[in-house]
Amino acid sequence: MLGRLTLEAFKHDQIVMFGVMSMIGAGLLAVILLTVFKKWKWLYKEWLTTLDPKKIGIMYIFVAILMLLKGISDAGLMRVQQATSSGASEGIMSATHFQQIFSAHGTTMIFFVAMGLMFGLINLIVPLQIGARDVAFPLINAISFWLFVAGMLLINTSLAIGEFSAAGWLAYPPLSELAYSPGVGVDYWIWALQIAGIGSLLSGVNFITTILRMRCPGMKLMRMPLFCWSVLGSMTLVVSAFPILTVTLALLALDRYMGMHFFTSSYGGNPMMYVNLIWAWGHPEVYILILPAFGVFSEVVATFSKKRLFGYKYMVYAIIAITVLSYLVWLHHFFTMGAGANVNAFFGIMTMIIAIPTGVKVFNWLFTMYRGRVKFSVPMLWFLGFVFTFTIGGVTGVIMAVPPVDFQLHNSLFLVAHFHNMIIGGVVFGYLAAINYWFPKFFGFKLNERLGKLSFYFWIVGFATAFIPLYILGIMGATRRLNHYDASQGWQSLFIVAAFGALLIVIGIALLVAQIIVSVIKRKQNIDYNGDPWDARNLEWSTASPVPFYNFAVLPEVHDRNAWWDAKHKKHKITEPTVYDKIVLPKNTSIGFLIGVLAFMIGFGLVWHITWLAAAPFIVIVCLLIYRSNQENTEYTVPLRVIDRIEKANKLKAQAQ
Amino acid sequence: MNNTAAVANDKISIEKENTNKTLFGFWLYLMTDCVLFAALFACYAVLHGNTFGGPKGSDIFSMPYILAETLLLLTSSFTCGIAMLYARKNQKKIVLYALIATFILGLSFLTMELHEFRSLVIDGHSWRQSAFLSSYFTLVGTHGLHITIGLFWMIVVSYQIYKKGLKELSIKRLALLSLFWHFLDIIWIFIFTVVYLMGVV
Repeated sequence: MLGRLTLEAFKHDQIVMFGVMSMIGAGLLAVILLTVFKKWKWLYKEWLTTLDPKKIGIMYIFVAILMLLKGISDAGLMRVQQATSSGASEGIMSATHFQQIFSAHGTTMIFFVAMGLMFGLINLIVPLQIGARDVAFPLINAISFWLFVAGMLLINTSLAIGEFSAAGWLAYPPLSELAYSPGVGVDYWIWALQIAGIGSLLSGVNFITTILRMRCPGMKLMRMPLFCWSVLGSMTLVVSAFPILTVTLALLALDRYMGMHFFTSSYGGNPMMYVNLIWAWGHPEVYILILPAFGVFSEVVATFSKKRLFGYKYMVYAIIAITVLSYLVWLHHFFTMGAGANVNAFFGIMTMIIAIPTGVKVFNWLFTMYRGRVKFSVPMLWFLGFVFTFTIGGVTGVIMAVPPVDFQLHNSLFLVAHFHNMIIGGVVFGYLAAINYWFPKFFGFKLNERLGKLSFYFWIVGFATAFIPLYILGIMGATRRLNHYDASQGWQSLFIVAAFGALLIVIGIALLVAQIIVSVIKRKQNIDYNGDPWDARNLEWSTASPVPFYNFAVLPEVHDRNAWWDAKHKKHKITEPTVYDKIVLPKNTSIGFLIGVLAFMIGFGLVWHITWLAAAPFIVIVCLLIYRSNQENTEYTVPLRVIDRIEKANKLKAQAQ
Repeated sequence: MNNTAAVANDKISIEKENTNKTLFGFWLYLMTDCVLFAALFACYAVLHGNTFGGPKGSDIFSMPYILAETLLLLTSSFTCGIAMLYARKNQKKIVLYALIATFILGLSFLTMELHEFRSLVIDGHSWRQSAFLSSYFTLVGTHGLHITIGLFWMIVVSYQIYKKGLKELSIKRLALLSLFWHFLDIIWIFIFTVVYLMGVV
């Protein structure tokens, strides 16, 4: 009846118990608040059942920030462990627990923080920038989001019930095979990623269709804002890479559940094939995350330099080049596999080549700043921080692209420092810049500049303090994922410095949360109804803030790049709407939310081998989809008087400001 | 009078637009499915020699049997094409008959495949025996799983056409189904060549 689930699964050591209790506490607090303020109906009607990409985007980012808090606590624990566990001291936790934590840290940060922030931003910005009212498939978009949430919940459930994978964030076999990881940890990992991954795949299809099929009149591809271009590149990678992840996870699951032998160390299985497959997805994944961040910087730099982006065309070509090349470098993650000198040389050279379009982009941003009227607002600070950290990361990456050097540095802390340089310095900085930049568009007030800047400085100083020691440690021979080392190695002082750096980053994150809270409380000081607080360039700024739910009362017509800048400078005036369009939007539906809940149940059932719990929700999902396909009148026309009322109210507010 | 006509026109153009979008999106989905199969084919290519003392392909594949399976599936693609053709001509009856024929052919294909799997397992050649058999069962089985989904989908679409007639929406769904079905056909041609033909040579 309950499969493998027994009371044992609920017994944990102190640190985990603390984590579980704080999660349950936060959940209870949310329930109490919702009940006290009578917000359940609001939650259901406005959020859980919504198909509005703006609201879905906000929910993505909310979840991602929550997960960031979890991921950073994992990181903090790891840093404390490594700083204290030298010589006779065993540190604060057991080896098994440490392994679970570093596996959870990587999984959480990539799949549920970076991906969440990315899809959140795409949902918020892309329809507005291309002059559309919605995405191509609104329901599928909601399903994607709720699958993402289901995966996220599954990861967090592993903390309270059972255990998490101890096989690293990519669960290399044969370690992740049943023979060596008999517990449910790897199963949690597999199903959380599988569920969230299917959501990402659907999103990829959705946004490519949106960008290619729903641009407003005159928005030719070469007039699109660069953020949309970068999303197009990134989503192309999603649709071509995520199926490989789906297969890889499925095959590992077949090995574990059905006794197959894809990656086992016997019966003719081939563990290295897993490594090849996972990186054939994993390397494009890096670019899936970074490309939209590049897009963000292209918007931010042009806006805050008051200049047209330098070399628009070459920026587009660079995105396309990166999209293609990102498929030809995966083997540099395992030069030590022994594929032979020629194969390694090929992938080494390709890796160096992919640095070129990236370099083109960096220079173009810098040239955009050149002779511009640069305003050092918070998003711009993140950009400057990005240039430094990302360039260092790029250079260390090219160092490791030389196979003989890589043989020395493989799996060392040098590598760990390198990819954190790329992912924190590139992806996270980019998305934090984006949050600061686009926040007023969706909430009607700007974020607090002072706290934002403070948060930035803590982040950047903390980042350097945390990761420069890791480069040095890596060269000294410290491998990654060590829970203990000999005192004679002389590493401890550097590990302590790194832990201090991590503390600074934690303060940076706390300040980020404080920035949001303070901004909400003092929103009157930073109010912006005008809709264009930064004097920006693209269509999203042509609407009121917060954006009305239908985005545009009249679809704009575009004549050039930077449509909104042109309109403001009277080149191509966007006509004041006198007659509104007939706006058709999808009605809210609970199907997306329900599918998320059911997918979570399926995942949980599979993890614990509870057959009925895996099968029954699946049948319900099929029935739901059939029900939906027979449903009529899933759309409605927005009444003209509603549009008129909202438009007039927004105009009054903007004038009053 | 004019006004209602304009509204009706509007509705048609919105529906057309939606159909185009859906078709495009579905094509994209099929391409992702194609990558999925490509990964499975790659695994098969790597593992097909790793028999670990178990049988090779040529020991277990019976070509006449596979050929019969193939013909069933190819014919089902043909009848599915007929359904699509007559849907455009708005001949509901023929469409439904063609769909029933497609369903029966598809089901027979699936039955033959499952029978083949069953006899392999009974002979002791299950997926547990070797990496080759694991990848064989997975690749062919994934195709079979797609066929199963297609069959269920066919029931739903046929029912909708039967109940509601050949409206824009049901034709759209039929078009998607037929794309899916033809796609599975192409995948099968590859399986037939790579797994079976190259397996027995």
